[in-house]
Order: sequence, then structure tokens, then C-alpha cells
Amino acid sequence: MIKVSSASLSFEHDGQFQNVLDDISFEIEAQDSCAIIGPSGCGKTSLLFLLAGILQPDSGTLAIAGNPRCGTILQNFGLFPWKTVAENIGLGLTLKNIDKDRIRRVVDQLIEEMELAGFGNHFPGQLSGGMQQRVALARALAVEPEILFMDEPLSSLDALTRERLQNLILDIIQKRKITTVLVTHSIEEAAFLGRKIIILSRSPAQILKVVDNPSAVSSEYRLSEQFFQQCIRLRELLKGEVNGQEA
Amino acid sequence: MGRKRDIFWAALILLALWQVCALLLDSMALPQPWLVMVDLATKLTNGSLIDDLAVSSLRALAGIGLALAAAVPLGLLVGTEEQIGKRVSPFIYLLYPIPHVVLLPLIIILFGIGNFSKIFLIALIVFFQILVTTRDGARAIHRNYFHSMKTLGATKLQIYRHLVLPATLPKILTAMRISVGTSVAILFFVESFATTTGLGYIIMDSWGRADYVSLYTGISSMALLGFMLYMLLDRIEQHVCRWMSGR
Repeated sequence: MIKVSSASLSFEHDGQFQNVLDDISFEIEAQDSCAIIGPSGCGKTSLLFLLAGILQPDSGTLAIAGNPRCGTILQNFGLFPWKTVAENIGLGLTLKNIDKDRIRRVVDQLIEEMELAGFGNHFPGQLSGGMQQRVALARALAVEPEILFMDEPLSSLDALTRERLQNLILDIIQKRKITTVLVTHSIEEAAFLGRKIIILSRSPAQILKVVDNPSAVSSEYRLSEQFFQQCIRLRELLKGEVNGQEA
Repeated sequence: MGRKRDIFWAALILLALWQVCALLLDSMALPQPWLVMVDLATKLTNGSLIDDLAVSSLRALAGIGLALAAAVPLGLLVGTEEQIGKRVSPFIYLLYPIPHVVLLPLIIILFGIGNFSKIFLIALIVFFQILVTTRDGARAIHRNYFHSMKTLGATKLQIYRHLVLPATLPKILTAMRISVGTSVAILFFVESFATTTGLGYIIMDSWGRADYVSLYTGISSMALLGFMLYMLLDRIEQHVCRWMSGR
């Protein structure tokens, strides 16, 4: 279980402190899938960085029960361009000094699973955006994480590739029984992949609403009436925030 | 290979320009290129120039090697660790612009008039070029790469090995390319005293004897030496920066 209690975070910018997260509290049950959504620039990424341990809160606490293994996918500059696909995928294991044969077995299996066969010796710069994100997914999965953190993993992809990768993530969530936290600015993505949807206000981010979305994480849901209703509802909730920002 | 052909043509054009200038100037101080080429070929084949070429190559390579060994680790450290960078950078800015050649008397007192003084002076001058470029290269690495490393559980040493060094390597090679030009130029200076070997000595000696053909043979040999070092660097770059090709 992930438990965030009154976490606040600020950055120093030109000598001035700017609040990014303001008194955030929520819980995510183990093996649940949570989507975090909010207006752009609201601090979604900062919140994910906090959860993934990249940043520390100025005040408040973050507790993750049982010290689980975590995998993280960052929005940009996540893959290392000087490492091949196979080296990138195996990096988490290499850093743990796990023996080469075992790394190769894990990597080969993930290359197969992520439909990257034949690209193991390519460099990320030689792959399409969708393939790069599959490499990033594979690398996060290589350490057999119990929690998977994803920061807008699909934001730079075209619509079709995006949908395909959403299905892939759906598959991962269903098969691996892991806790997932997905930051996204796409309402449809949040509704499709988040059983719990946390809506953030504009910056400094506060929790606007936590929406339960129990039917999510199933491939039929995407085409159901219920899904569209949920999207409309989320859109209404977010609209106030975005309009407020523009005013 | 197209590149070899390009180099051949460039050499031919330079020789043609030289020929035109020599004919126009009609001076002893600029002999015709074919005389020099014949002299160069003779001295290379009968072996009388090989020793000098080898000695000069070794001095240049040892100087660059020494500079690399000191400048790269320091540059990576200063560029990566913000606090160290803040404290060390002022020293670099104060020491870099000094014409280090003037330290020669001091270097001779410290290390004598043998080979090491010559190598040390080359290393000292080239050191700053490599240091500044390496530091800037390390400083330009996007923060997200560090975040990515952190989420994969990398130790400090692993971050240097898997991220900072490979990301900076192209910059280091650029610095080395600049260093080759600089080191050959300094080579002439350091070989103009207290030695009877090396291409610099050949040039000074021929100059003193007003043997202009030998003088230009020495100059051509220096060009050849620089060219060989550039080729060596290109090979190294092709090998270690495979990920850069096709970008």
C-alpha cells in the first residue's frame, strides 16, 4: 500500500520558492491501478517523482508498505541513447550485479513479450517513439516490480500507437498483478487504465477529487457507454480547473 | 570508400596550390612541392626520418594521454557535482587563459631537460582544453537521465560509469581532436631546444642550415603526424560512439 499524508513540495526558482504540491494526501491499495490527472503544469510529474523516490517532500510523509521493488518510466530522456535496446532493458539488473546469463534470459523474454524481436542490438535513436516506449516498459518490468510508476508514458505518440500501448499496459496490469500509478493528461487514458482516478487542481496542486472507476482495466470497457459517461464526468471536473487557469 | 577519395583530392589540391605559390614566389624559402615529396619519400623509405617521426608521435601521444588521465576524471566530477563545480570552476577560469608555454623554465627546473619536460608541457596545455570541454559536456546532461539512473537504483560510481562518462564521450573526443592540433604545434616548440630528435628539431636544424627542402620535409611530416592522429581518433570514435552514427 502507498500512503501519502499531507505532502507538500516547493522548488526554488530565481531565488523565490514556488509551491508545487500543497497538502496532498491519498492512498493506493496494493495491486490497484491509479491514474493521476490534472491540468498541464499542475505538478503531476512532481507528484510521481515524489512517489518514485526521486524527490523528497518538504513536509508530510510518503509511506510504501513492505519496501517493494519499483519500476519507473519517465516521460523523456528515460532511455540511454548510448546503450543498445538489450543493454537498456537489462540495466536495472546489471546495476544489481546479477549474472550475465540470467540478465540475458530476462531480457530475451521481455524483448519477445514487448514485440521487439530483432531490435536487441539497435540503439534507441534508431527506433520509433512507440518502440522506444516499449523498451522503457521492458526495462521497468525487468526488475519484476511490485509497483510500476509511469509519467505520461504515451504522451508523445500518435493515436493508434497510443491505443496499442494502452492495451499493452492493460495486459501488464492484468497479468502481473502489480500496483500501477500512471500520470497522464489524457482523460480517456485515465478512465481506461485507472480504477482510482486522482484529479489534481491547477498549480500548486491539491487533490480536487478522487474518482472510483471500478470497471477500468478491461478491454471491453473502452467501448462501453459507461466509459464514455465516465470520460464526460472527468472532463466536467477538469474543465473548471482549466478555465480557471485561462482566466 | 568516398572519404579516402575526398582526402586524396584535398591533398592533391593543397599540393597544386603550393606548386602555384612556389612558382609565383620563386623563392628559396618556398621550394617546389615535388622536391619536398621526393625528399620525404626518400627519408621515409631509407628510415632516416622514421625515428624522428616515432619520437615526436610518442611525445605527442604521451602528452595527450597524460592530460586525458588527469582532465577527464576531474572534468566529469566538476561538471556533475554542483558543489565541487562551484568551487573549482573559478580556478579553471583563472588558470586556463595563462600562456602555459611561459612556464617552460620552471618545468625544466622541476623535471630536467629530458623527454618528460616536453611531454609535461604538452600535457599541461592540452589538459585545460580537455578539462573545460569535459566539464561542459557533463554539465549539459539532462537531469532526467540522472532521475532514470536513480529509479534503477544506481550507485554513484555506476552513475559515472553508465551515464556521465558515455554521455560525455563525444565531447571528450572533440576535445581530443582540438588537442591533436595544439599538441603538434607545441611539439615544434618543445623540440626546438635541448634535443636532437623529433620533427621540431629537424625543422629548426634545417632552418639553421638554410636547407629549405628538409625544412618543408619536416613540416610535411608534422602534417602527416597530425593526420595520423586524427585518423586514429576517428577510428576510436567509430568504435565507442556507435550510437551517434545515423543521427
